[in-house]
Amino acid sequence: MPDDAEIIKNSDSDSVPILSVEDLRTHFFTDQGVVRAVDGVTFHVHAGETLGIVGESGSGKSITAKSVIRLIEEPGRIVSGRIDFRGRDVLTLDHGALRRLRGGEVAMVFQDPMTSLNPVLKIARQLVETMVEHGRFSPKAALARAVDLLGRMGINAPKRAVESYPHQFSGGMRQRVMLAMGFSNEPVLLIADEPTTALDVTIQAQILDLLRELNADFGTAIILISHDLGVIANICSRIVVMYAGEVVEEGPAEKLLADPKHPYTWALLNAVPRLDRHTPGEKKLVTIEGTPPDPLNWPGGCRFRPRCPFAIDACGEHPALKEFEPGRAARCWVTQQGGVLPAVGVVADAQSSPQPRAAARSTVSYAVADAAVATRGEVLLELRDVKKHFPLAKTSFFGEPRVLHAVDGVDLTVFKGETVGLVGESGCGKSTLGRLIVRLHEPTAGSIAYGGVDISHANSATIRPLRRRLQMIFQDPYASLNPRMTVGQILSGPLQFHGMTQGAQATASRVRELLDVVGLPALAADRFPLEFSGGQRQRVSIARALAVSPEFIVADEPISALDVNIQAQIINLLIDLQQRFALTYLFIAHDLAVVRHVSDRIVVLYLGKVMEIAPAGALFASPLHPYTKSLISAAPIPDAAVERKRERLRLTGEPPSAIDLPSGCRFRTRCPIATELCANEIPPLIEHRPGQWAACHFAGKL
Amino acid sequence: MLRYLTNRVVTAFVMVLLATLVIFLIANTAPGDPALAQLGDLAASNPEYVKAFRAKWGLDLPLWERYWIFLKGVAHGDFGISIMSQRPVLDDIRDFAPATIELATIAFLLSILIGIPLGILAAVKRDSWIDHVARFVSLIGVSAPTFWLAFIMLAVFYGWLEIAPGPGRVDPIALLPPKVTGMLLIDCILAGDWETLRDAAAHLVLPATVLAAATLGLITRTTRASMLESLSQDYVRVARAKGLPEWRIVLGHALRNALIPVVTLGGLAYANLLTGAVMTETVFSWPGLGRYTFRSAVAVDFPAIMAITFIVAVVYIAINFLVDMSYAFLDPRAVKR
Amino acid sequence: MTAVALPQEVAAPASSRRRWLRRYALAVAGGVVILFWFAVALLAPVISPFNPEFVDIASRLQPPSYAHWLGTDALGRDVLSRVLYGSRISLIAGFSVVVISAVFGTVLGAIAAYARGRVEDLLMRLTDLVLCFPPIILAMAIAAALGIGTTNTIIAMLIVWWPKYARLARSLVLVQRSQEYVEAAHVLGFGHAHILFRHVVPNAIGPLIVMVTLDLGNAILVFAGLSFLGLGVVPPTPEWGAMVAEGRELVQQWWVATFPGIAILSVVMGFNFVGDGIRDWLDPHARRR
Repeated sequence: MPDDAEIIKNSDSDSVPILSVEDLRTHFFTDQGVVRAVDGVTFHVHAGETLGIVGESGSGKSITAKSVIRLIEEPGRIVSGRIDFRGRDVLTLDHGALRRLRGGEVAMVFQDPMTSLNPVLKIARQLVETMVEHGRFSPKAALARAVDLLGRMGINAPKRAVESYPHQFSGGMRQRVMLAMGFSNEPVLLIADEPTTALDVTIQAQILDLLRELNADFGTAIILISHDLGVIANICSRIVVMYAGEVVEEGPAEKLLADPKHPYTWALLNAVPRLDRHTPGEKKLVTIEGTPPDPLNWPGGCRFRPRCPFAIDACGEHPALKEFEPGRAARCWVTQQGGVLPAVGVVADAQSSPQPRAAARSTVSYAVADAAVATRGEVLLELRDVKKHFPLAKTSFFGEPRVLHAVDGVDLTVFKGETVGLVGESGCGKSTLGRLIVRLHEPTAGSIAYGGVDISHANSATIRPLRRRLQMIFQDPYASLNPRMTVGQILSGPLQFHGMTQGAQATASRVRELLDVVGLPALAADRFPLEFSGGQRQRVSIARALAVSPEFIVADEPISALDVNIQAQIINLLIDLQQRFALTYLFIAHDLAVVRHVSDRIVVLYLGKVMEIAPAGALFASPLHPYTKSLISAAPIPDAAVERKRERLRLTGEPPSAIDLPSGCRFRTRCPIATELCANEIPPLIEHRPGQWAACHFAGKL
Repeated sequence: MLRYLTNRVVTAFVMVLLATLVIFLIANTAPGDPALAQLGDLAASNPEYVKAFRAKWGLDLPLWERYWIFLKGVAHGDFGISIMSQRPVLDDIRDFAPATIELATIAFLLSILIGIPLGILAAVKRDSWIDHVARFVSLIGVSAPTFWLAFIMLAVFYGWLEIAPGPGRVDPIALLPPKVTGMLLIDCILAGDWETLRDAAAHLVLPATVLAAATLGLITRTTRASMLESLSQDYVRVARAKGLPEWRIVLGHALRNALIPVVTLGGLAYANLLTGAVMTETVFSWPGLGRYTFRSAVAVDFPAIMAITFIVAVVYIAINFLVDMSYAFLDPRAVKR
Repeated sequence: MTAVALPQEVAAPASSRRRWLRRYALAVAGGVVILFWFAVALLAPVISPFNPEFVDIASRLQPPSYAHWLGTDALGRDVLSRVLYGSRISLIAGFSVVVISAVFGTVLGAIAAYARGRVEDLLMRLTDLVLCFPPIILAMAIAAALGIGTTNTIIAMLIVWWPKYARLARSLVLVQRSQEYVEAAHVLGFGHAHILFRHVVPNAIGPLIVMVTLDLGNAILVFAGLSFLGLGVVPPTPEWGAMVAEGRELVQQWWVATFPGIAILSVVMGFNFVGDGIRDWLDPHARRR
């Protein structure tokens, strides 16, 4: 392609890169047509460098990474381009040479550690075969090295670990095994494809630390692929931003994140709320419109133009990736012609130029603020010592019945009109708690009162009238809509069932109204969920909850399955709806920054128990519980400069199982300041400061 | 592990007991009458004869008492006397079972030794000619009626081409080796009788092929599907990224996982071959358990039916048990629970 | 709020239609074969050249000729007419066994999965019990005990047939009932019957349909097998399995047993092709390729 003629040179141009990818094109020949997943990608990696590739799903970042070692499966094919790895042309290597490259000089770690290890083979065998295959070690030496490596990766009792099977390990541990496997042949380059996406935030922080250390100790270059700018900022010195199969921006991490030169990078940075930057009262996020483009048919001209708030006439033509200062390049006509993007995190002034189309709308700000916290209104929901225990299948005829303590004594009061955030790592019981509140589960003990009515054990008939006031939004937009019903049927079902509309005409018009409220066109009613993107489905899901005009909505991780920009759109929608319909939310999420952004008060849950409850501001300014503090510390911030300077409190180990709970304080096994007292006595949840409760013997002492 | 084992044995035992009860009830509440079946029309019209017959075989006792007698017998290894042959049922079974075991085992080996490699090849070379061949073979295998396939084989290779021996286990004029196991191949080897061995082996070719056809089809199909599934797993991609050669990925990583459903199916298939060779045995005049079962069923020979279903249920449950046990080796996750 | 753009519907280009045809060619062929046999079963009295039960000893065991396209059997009956008429009983037996056991098994399995607890345990132990026996042996024993006849054989087959549907339906419903859209329906207050029939069943039905289709061939095969053994139909009635049995000794007069066998083979293959096609069509994984 002529427009890619200008290839950027690396800032330290003396060193020859170990990996040069030039104008790479990887296409998938599907029934529907040619998917141009990677469509002209150029980048370089130098020895020992950490390069981040960032982009939303479908941007081609993973396919680019796999193309580097030609790990493309049918019906995909690398159609053109050059991949040069230390003087060898990877695309023309024969099978033997390619095999020596894979796992020898270039190692790869994949996203999902749960499925990346072969379940029927011992860890030892899986580690050893890599080393033996590449002829570097004898089987005996390889086994000894496997034990060493597991130890190095922070796995306890590595001698026993190598003799185990993958199912005996948690996700975080398996990712450590994968890293041991990756580093076993001392590769020159490690490609990590979303290595922490499937992990909890505290475990993610551990793995990222490990990656950074390994990079420093072994001098292995790392390509880190992620959708999360915070993760990238944490590790990478240089960043490549991909959009629609091409590189749209490239540069050193600090500069690129602080001063993006492509509107897409700008939009990515604006879409994520930041833990360290919070303007009270400002709840709307700056988003760009639309959804990622269709890879079968990329838009003509600049591929970002249809979603770009700054687009100008020149954007009708496809821009080149142009270096505008040493080491920094962007594929954008606006900035190439001297345009300046508004500073990130600051809502653009409507008068400023260039004028952001989408951002202009978001200048309407709402002052919800801590109003709900200050003047506590009517109590809407009250949980008293709520427990949910799930009996597990007995291991045998004679076995003891085992119990999973999903929720184990939670007290919580939700006031009308506020948003309560519920955070915690996976398995802490936050989803179960949400399902108890809408009575999808019946509590094992304790009481749940809604609007003064005890619904703890209400049967489905007695609870039916309450259903109209109490709704839920689910996590997975692909599973939460019945695939065999049209959107119209999905929305009209509850309307008719609860007798909210009389007659077909009234129902149809109410369905149109609901679609309009969530920002979908009326003709969506005739389509099936399959025809919508994740974000659009989530809008349908929200419309369904709104259909019965509820006053309280439990939102169970409503955005965690979505791309960041779509996340921001949905957050804005939820905030908007809260304003319009005076809704009360229980917002369940694992992303602290998002929870902080939307919530008035936040509840921190650990192993089925509340660790801390506090107003959002207070919780982040001065967390009382060590667990809260470590959670905040583990959450990455998309700013390389900040990430480098941050003080960290790292949690070691993983949460214990909810079947065999630790005695005393549940958090004590991972707590840095735990004493004997913590093992013997369960700390009560006490109000330490106005509105701020913590369950810790040493609250605020860390 | 020991606890898991005892647990399984207890369950299996209860299942066998229930199974005999079920078959007992079915056999006894069904309208078929052994007196009519055995005595013939003339004698059956005489109530005295019928009464004597019923008394002799204990048919006049209450149901529960008959079941109790049956259970007591089983506990002593006594299944009673066959109404049809007037011999102890166990002796009958001892005579007929070896022929079936021999045939079923050969057929089973044939189907796994061909079916598994064919299924693997078909999955690895998906959409190639070998895949098409494998799919065609498995389709014919599962679609062709066994009894008809048996006829066609006999008609072509025995009747027309005259390259295969006819029905039966050996040539009628062949000298049989002394009976040790009852399985001719083994007995011939034990006796060093190579001529009869060749003859017996030749007689096995057609029935074993026919019997194997359906199982072969199922095993090929399952292996292929299961291999395709495990080849698409992440750990296979990881193995590729590690630079392992393709054959090690296929045999070392994918196959180990793919075998789990194949073993389940294989166990079930073997149990079916052992017990369900009726049609093949009928066409090839094979003196096996299948034909014995069929004749007992038609004759409403209660002691024989009870004994056979009991043994069949035991074999079935035992094979399922072995399959479960093999999971312990194939799938480490199975042991944990 | 402005509307979010909806994805454009793309018209299928000619090449993808060709690919569709190649993928489903076998399924279409199978469908044609099945339709053919349906037509034959309906029109048998019209299209059969002879009365299938008409005995003509004089022209017994004649090879295929112009008068008797597929020859005659040991009693001089026209093989073609008997094959054509034979389709009736095979299709009736196959459909009644599969449809009745599928409905019965599915209802039991769905109830078990939906009710959980004791009910589930009891129902599933019951299926385990039936599955303790090899199906052919059990069907044979029951059919023999009930006495020879088409209805009795079908009843015997039903007894051994339903458990696999109960198991499949149970696992399908178990998967569906934990789906978020089912939870959403609960939160909206819908009743159990509404949820089961409007949400769970429509989404669980796909694999059941595949199984039913594949199983029709299997049931026809087993029924023919029992008939072959002499348990299925009462003699003069034309039935494919019984016809093979009548001709099985006649190695020289191959036509007597060969043609009914081909008829069985074609029907069973037809159902297999259609079943595989439906499975591919329902499985987005296979369809994408």
